[in-house]
Amino acid sequence: MDVELVNIYKTFGRVHANDGISLKVKSGTIQGILGENGAGKSTLMKILSGFIQADSGDILLDGSKVVIQSPADSVKLGIGMLHQDPQDFPPMKVIDNLIIGSPVGLFPNRKKIIKQFEELQKQFNFAISPDTYVDTLTVGERQQLEILRLLWLGAEVLILDEPTTGISASQKALLFETIRKLAAQGKAILFVSHKLDEIETLCSQVAVFRQGKNVGSMVPPYSTEHLVEMMFGKTIARSEKTCDTQDQINFEIDKLKIDDRRLVIKDVSFQIRRGEVIGLAGMEGSGQAMILRALAGIIRPTGGHIYMMDGKPDGRVDLAGKHYFQFRNLGISFLPAARLEEGLVQGLSLAEHFALAEKQEGFLIDREEVEKLSQQRISDFNIRGTPESRIEELSGGNQQRAELALMRNPLRLLLLEHPTRGLDIESSMYIWTKLKQRCAEGASILFISSDLDEVVHYSDRILVFFGGRVSPAFDASLVTIDQLGQLIGGKGWS
Amino acid sequence: MVSNRTEKAGGFGNILRTLLTNRFSSITIAVLLALIITWLVVLVMDAPPLRVFSIMVNGSVGSLDAATQTLQAWVPLVLATCGLMFTFTAGLWNIGMEGQIEMGAICAYGVIHYMTGTPTPGYVAITLASLAGMAGGAIWAYMVGLLKNYGGVNEIFGGLGFNFIADAFLLYLVYGPWKPEGVAQGSTKMIDAQYWLPQLPGSYLSLWSLGLAIVGILVVTFVLKGTYFGLKLKAVGKNPKASFMMGIPTSRYMLLSFVLCGLFGGLAGSFQVTGFLHVLRNSISGGYGYLALMVGMLANYQPLIGVPISLIFTALNKGATGLVIDLQLDTNFSGVIQGLLVLCVLLMDGVRRRLTKTFRGVQHG
Repeated sequence: MDVELVNIYKTFGRVHANDGISLKVKSGTIQGILGENGAGKSTLMKILSGFIQADSGDILLDGSKVVIQSPADSVKLGIGMLHQDPQDFPPMKVIDNLIIGSPVGLFPNRKKIIKQFEELQKQFNFAISPDTYVDTLTVGERQQLEILRLLWLGAEVLILDEPTTGISASQKALLFETIRKLAAQGKAILFVSHKLDEIETLCSQVAVFRQGKNVGSMVPPYSTEHLVEMMFGKTIARSEKTCDTQDQINFEIDKLKIDDRRLVIKDVSFQIRRGEVIGLAGMEGSGQAMILRALAGIIRPTGGHIYMMDGKPDGRVDLAGKHYFQFRNLGISFLPAARLEEGLVQGLSLAEHFALAEKQEGFLIDREEVEKLSQQRISDFNIRGTPESRIEELSGGNQQRAELALMRNPLRLLLLEHPTRGLDIESSMYIWTKLKQRCAEGASILFISSDLDEVVHYSDRILVFFGGRVSPAFDASLVTIDQLGQLIGGKGWS
Repeated sequence: MVSNRTEKAGGFGNILRTLLTNRFSSITIAVLLALIITWLVVLVMDAPPLRVFSIMVNGSVGSLDAATQTLQAWVPLVLATCGLMFTFTAGLWNIGMEGQIEMGAICAYGVIHYMTGTPTPGYVAITLASLAGMAGGAIWAYMVGLLKNYGGVNEIFGGLGFNFIADAFLLYLVYGPWKPEGVAQGSTKMIDAQYWLPQLPGSYLSLWSLGLAIVGILVVTFVLKGTYFGLKLKAVGKNPKASFMMGIPTSRYMLLSFVLCGLFGGLAGSFQVTGFLHVLRNSISGGYGYLALMVGMLANYQPLIGVPISLIFTALNKGATGLVIDLQLDTNFSGVIQGLLVLCVLLMDGVRRRLTKTFRGVQHG
């Protein structure tokens, strides 16, 4: 089936997630879709699969216009989406997962369905027993099950969203073989990825998205440099570095190891100097968020050390395995990206937040003192609101400033997830001014950002993450955008 | 078409909208709605509505005697409500309040049971019984909290389970070790008068328990509004994850809220023994635990607003007893009114939220 998306627009608040994207995929092609986080890939795929609706624009299947208002509609039209996280029911049997959501009526003929399932499996050399429970399957097998389910439901167009995350090398080889077979059968495949070599080996053409637009396409032979250039753009301004007290070591990370269900990070070693800013670059889910949370004491590393220098020569304390509150009390502060979920309490006022964040003196709250403190912080951090404003009444930028204003003094290490995501330029610059002040006071900053511009602009050194691996630290003033882009896309790792 | 219709609805629609979105008028509408439905229920029961209401008012506040009885019954309800303010603030549903009241009564009776015949002065025994009751309630609540924190058992199910256990334990005691001589009546022997809380002459009302209930309200209000503990508890209730990030030991705060809640529940239970019934008997908690949950909800978790609401609830209960005598209606009729009140207020609150909420972003499905 040929798929055509014409002039798709979609905004979330003030963000143009899809800014007039058009894309044409002919039956039998494997269309790669490449782009940074937030480039608009997922939004477009969700529109095609009916999870969200476009503000305007048309979807054409085999040349005729269709209206897709729900995932059920898209399945009926023959569009199937394989999500990054398996959308299945782990406590249920494989065969029941297949039957759920299919139009087989109240009393499905299980025997017949099992036979159809086995026949489908044979085509692709999968070996999943229909009677096992899904929670005993590997991520790769669950993905295979999902592909089979979509095919069984009659999908002619398959969307695969980052399908190689968390599966083994052999499963990946099998997946690619499957995708090629499906394309040969005449299905249209949309393969979303940020991994350059996967796109280059698999896809018969690739479209690159940036900031909600389709900025260009390419057919083999691919030029990696050109793809990177399209993904990230070329214009990057570098600021002069403001802090120069960077000879003292503040923290030393030694062979840190973190295990997660999906990702293993090991042998991470680097030093953090006083007053420096280290940017962590990489696609979301490459391991940078886990390192940040391990350094904050929120997740416990399974190996290695987090040494904090205590000023004496050769004196250091290992923080690995200590409680999060101990990290906090040592002046290590973490600012989560999910402000309203993890950082701030909806329903409490700004004044109440400030009262909570300060070191508690006595049992009773001194209302006047808190009021004074709140006024002070509100003007210091240029928050548009009053001490009585509840946190959810503030705009995103003001919430972010409030989060910064909650940090105690003095700070040794500041860990930030996406400090300026979703903020306008003015707010972003203000926040970085405040952060640089902290650096001048001797704090070190580590931050994650999916905005490569921000990483290069504000960092002294940059660490790149890919699939749980960490690059050596690059000097931000020497590294080129092409180098970073290739590493982020998984190229050039030895 | 659509715009035409809204224009036509214009004036009246706007007034209705304002009435429904204003907090005060919305509650008034809820109460009226509950009264209208009650009226209908009364008609279905083939009773004269006006007479029903007049009996209820007379029976609850119509005479000094009725008023003291209402106040007496108000004490355990308001104590239980006070306790629940802690767990509500921490975002927890302490359904186990009934069991906590029962354990309070059991422990209080136990102390007096074993002190009877010793030379301990009455006031010492009463004090010890109250403390034992508080401890009993607190331990019972603490266990629900432990199950929630370390066993992953939702406090609603944990609380229900412990209610049943407390019930069974009480029955065992009443029909077993603490059975009075003679035929089992589902009640223990009455405690000696020296262990009774001093009562106002000619009434059941004890100024001691009434005074402690008032102190309880003030303490709870103060702790929740004026202290760091209260503020942290509120933060934990609204967002445990962010509270933890801010350095609040969330599980310890949740456990503490259970313990504090149990203290109040246990005290209410001990007063049931020393201040009112003077025996330990089947369902000694009198349903105050469940009723207090409704009061707490209606009061929007504000202790001071809970005071008049719990008064109205007990007045309804007391007033309804007259219906049995005069009109041969069931006493549970007050439960119908209370239930209707809660449902109507929550419903109108839901309507208000829905009308004031502006839908933003994507709607799925």
